[in-house]
Amino acid sequence: MTKTINLTLKVWRQKGQKKKGRLETYKAVDISTDMSFLEMIDVINEQLTLEGKEPIAFDHDCREGICGMCGAVVNGRPHGPEKGTTLCQLHMRHFSNNDTIVIEPWRSRAFPVIKDLAVERSALDRMIQAGGFISVNTGGAQDANAIPVSQEAAELAMDAAACIGCGACVAACPNASAMLFLSAKVSQLALFPQGKPEAAKRAISMVREMDMLGFGNCTNETECEAECPKEISITNIARLNREFYKAGFFSAEK
Amino acid sequence: MQLDAKIPGGPLAQKWDRHRFELKLVNPANKRKFEIIVVGTGLAGGSASASLAELGYNVKTFCIQDSPRRAHSIAAQGGINAAKNYTNEGDSIWRLFYDTVKGGDFRSREANVYRLAQVSNNIIDQCVAQGVPFARDYGGLLANRSFGGSQVQRTFYARGQTGQQLLLGAYSALMRQVGTGKVKMFPRREMLDVVAINGKARGIVARNLITGEIETHTGDAVVLCTGGYGNVYFLSTNAMASNVTAAFRAYKKGAYFANPCFTQIHPTCIPVHGDYQSKLTLMSESLRNDGRVWVPKNTGDKRRPQRIPEPERDYYLENKYPSFGNLVPRDVASRNAKEQCDMDKGVGETGLAVYLDFEDAIKRDGKEVIEKKYGNLFQMYEKITAENPYETPMMIYPAIHYTMGGLWVDYNLMSTIDGLFVLGEANFSDHGANRLGASALMQGLADGYFVLPYTIGGYLAGTPLEEITTGHSAFKESVTSVNDSVEKLLSINGKRTVDDFHKQLGHIMWDYCGMARNDEGLKKAKGMIQQLRAEFQENVLVPGSKKDFNQSLERAGRVADFLEFGELMIIDALSRQESCGGHFNEAYQTAENEALRDDENFCHVSAWEFTGKDKEPVLNKEELKFDNVELTQRSYK
Repeated sequence: MTKTINLTLKVWRQKGQKKKGRLETYKAVDISTDMSFLEMIDVINEQLTLEGKEPIAFDHDCREGICGMCGAVVNGRPHGPEKGTTLCQLHMRHFSNNDTIVIEPWRSRAFPVIKDLAVERSALDRMIQAGGFISVNTGGAQDANAIPVSQEAAELAMDAAACIGCGACVAACPNASAMLFLSAKVSQLALFPQGKPEAAKRAISMVREMDMLGFGNCTNETECEAECPKEISITNIARLNREFYKAGFFSAEK
Repeated sequence: MQLDAKIPGGPLAQKWDRHRFELKLVNPANKRKFEIIVVGTGLAGGSASASLAELGYNVKTFCIQDSPRRAHSIAAQGGINAAKNYTNEGDSIWRLFYDTVKGGDFRSREANVYRLAQVSNNIIDQCVAQGVPFARDYGGLLANRSFGGSQVQRTFYARGQTGQQLLLGAYSALMRQVGTGKVKMFPRREMLDVVAINGKARGIVARNLITGEIETHTGDAVVLCTGGYGNVYFLSTNAMASNVTAAFRAYKKGAYFANPCFTQIHPTCIPVHGDYQSKLTLMSESLRNDGRVWVPKNTGDKRRPQRIPEPERDYYLENKYPSFGNLVPRDVASRNAKEQCDMDKGVGETGLAVYLDFEDAIKRDGKEVIEKKYGNLFQMYEKITAENPYETPMMIYPAIHYTMGGLWVDYNLMSTIDGLFVLGEANFSDHGANRLGASALMQGLADGYFVLPYTIGGYLAGTPLEEITTGHSAFKESVTSVNDSVEKLLSINGKRTVDDFHKQLGHIMWDYCGMARNDEGLKKAKGMIQQLRAEFQENVLVPGSKKDFNQSLERAGRVADFLEFGELMIIDALSRQESCGGHFNEAYQTAENEALRDDENFCHVSAWEFTGKDKEPVLNKEELKFDNVELTQRSYK
C-alpha cells in the first residue's frame, strides 16, 4: 500500500558554468514512496514554479534506466544508494521519513556544470569519435551468419555493451577517470572478430583522447564498478590494459 | 492537391530495384557540394546521418539531448524483424511483407512495405558488421524469437536491450563521421521551424537549449527523424522530451499530416499508480513468448493470484485466439485487456490490470533459462513495483506506445514540401493502422541506411537549387515568428504550470481518443481541447527567461503544439467512419468485437493540410491499391 514520507532536500543550485553555486534547502512533504526520485523532483519543481521561483534544472529523458541522460550525486553516491540503479529507477521507498537528502551534480573537471544538476558530458562522445566503432560503411556487409561468434564472447560483449554512457563511473572515481566507460567500448569490440582489424588503433587512440580530455588515471579504486547503474565489471579495464599493451608492443600503431 | 505517391511501376518484387536504377545519381565528386540537415539521432536520424556522410555529403545533425546516443530508440526492448529464415520455418520476404500489411489492417502502402521487407536482411548484416552483440546459439550463429502477429521466429534480439544496441551501432557509425569532419553535430538543439524558399525546404530554425540563442542553418535538403507524438497523452512509454513540435511546425509550413489518429496502445506496460506519475514503462512484447495472460473468471475476485486455482482463471487470449494465443497483435491484445477490465475482472488496487504469468514457463524451462531471456526486464519490473515476477505474476495494462500516423511521404520518403524528407516514426508510411512488434527498429534503420541515401540523391540531382544564405527574408520571418511565440509564452504569467495543462490534455485524449472511440466522445473532446488551449494562452505560468537553460520554456512550446495537434487527431478520428487496427470506433465492430473496416469508403490515407490558425484543416486522400494481397477480415483465431 502507498505510504508517504516527509524529507529535507539540500540541492545544489548554480545559475551557470561560471557562476558560484550553493546548496539550497527545500522541504518535500507527503512524498509517496511509490514515486521515483525524479518524480519527487518534479513535485518540488511544480511547487517552486507556483511560488514564482525557478525550478531545479536536471537532465532526464527515458525514465526507464536506459538513455543515460539522468544522474546526480545523492548523499555522496552517484545515482543514489541502490545498487545497479539509475536515478530515474530509484524509488522513494528506499528512503525513510524525515531523512535529509543532499543532491549534487556529477563532480568532475571534464563535466562542467551547465545549470544546477545538469552537466556537459560531450567528452564521452569525443572518446567514441576517437575510435569507439568498427569502420564499416553502409552496404558492404556480408551475411550476418558468415561471422560466427562464440556464445561466451557474445555474452561478454553484451555485458560491456550495456553501458549507458551516463558518466557515473567518472563521478564516482576519486581521480575522475573514464576508464570504465572507455574499457566497456574497447572490450565489446575487441571480443568480436569484426573488431580485430582496428583493435590496436582503437585502444591507442581512445586512451590518448581520454588523457587529452582531462580525465584522471585508473588507480584501481573500483568505485566505478560499485556505482555503475549497469554493473559493468572492472575486468573490462583489465581487458583494455591488455589491448593497450598489446597494441604498444606488437603493432605498428603509435 | 492531388497526392502522388510516386510508386514505381512493374511487379511488386521489382519496384525497388527498378526505382534505384531510374533514380538520378549525384557523382561522388559532386556529393561534397551538398549540405544536408538531419534533425534527430534515433535509429532513423543516426543511420541516415552516418550513411549520407559515408557517401560524401556534408551533414549537419541536430538532437535535443546532450548526446546523439540518447534518442528514445534506445529504449526499444524486444527485437528487430528480418526475413532471414535462419530458423527454417518457411519465412520469406513475401511472408514478412504479408504479415506487416495484414498486421497494419490493410491501411499501409504495399510498395513501401515490400521494400521494407526486402531490406530487412541487409539491416541485420550491417548491424552485425558494426559489432552489435545480438544473441547467439551455442554454435555461434544468430538466435531468433517470436513476436506478435507472426507464426515464425524472425526477431533478432540483444537481451531486452535491442534498441539500445542497434542505436549504439548507428551512433558509433555517426561518431566515426563526426571524427572525419563530414558530420557536424549540434546537440541540445530543438528545431522550431522549417524554412522553405521557393517551395523547397532550405533550412531550419533551432533553439540552442543551453544559451537560448535562436540559430539559423541552411541546407540543400532537410531530413526530419524526430519520432512520434505519443506524449500528446502525457502518460506514455515515450521519453519525457519526445514531442510533435518539429513535425507539427513542418505541417504548418505545408507538409501534410497523415493518419494522425492511428496510435498504438501497447498491451504490456506497468499499470498507472498515481497522479504524480511522469511516464509509463513498457514490458517487452517478447515476454508474451513465455508469459500467459489471464484474469480471474469471476468478477470482483480480489484474492492474491496464487490463491486462485487453475479452473477459476481465464486465459482469455489463449481461449479466444487458439492459433496465435498470447501472441496476437498489439491492438487486439490491448482491446481484450480493456474488455476484461470493463467487465470488472481487472486485478490490482485500481482494477486496471491483468496478469502476465511466468509460472508455467519457469516450471517448464527452469528459472535460469527465463532469467537469461528476460532477466533485465524482470529486474526493471521489480525496481518499479517492488514485486518479484519470478514468484508473483506481473500486472500489466495497455499504454500509449507508438504512433503510426506521421507526416505524409511519397515512395522517396519526401513530404509535400520539396526537399523535406521524413524518416522513421515521424512519417506514416509502413505500418498502416497498427504496427507489429519488432518492426519499428526495422523501419527506422531501413529508412536511414538503405532508402534515403538513394532517394535523396535522386532529388538533389534533379532539382535546381539556388544559392541562399541565412540572410534571406524567409529565415528572418521565421526567426521573428519563433521569437514572438517564445516571448508570448514567457509573458502570460498565469496561474497553472505547463505540466498541469499537459496532464489535463492527456486525460482528454486517453478518455476520448484512446483504445476505443465514439463520435459523441470525440466531438465532446474537440470542444474540451479548444477550451483548454484558450485557457493555456491566458493562464500558463512559465518561469525563467529565454536566454537561458530553461526546461519549463522548452516544455511549454511542446505542450502548446500538442494542444493544437490533439485537435487534429480528433478531427481525423471523426472523419474515419470505420474501425481499423489501433483506431477502434465502437460503432464499427464485428459480432466478435473485432475492428470492422469499410474498404469501400476508407481504403485511403487521410493526409491533412494546414489552412491557417483556428481553421479546419483540409482532407486530401491517397487511395490505397492492393494488387498483391486480398483484403480480408483479420483473423488470429
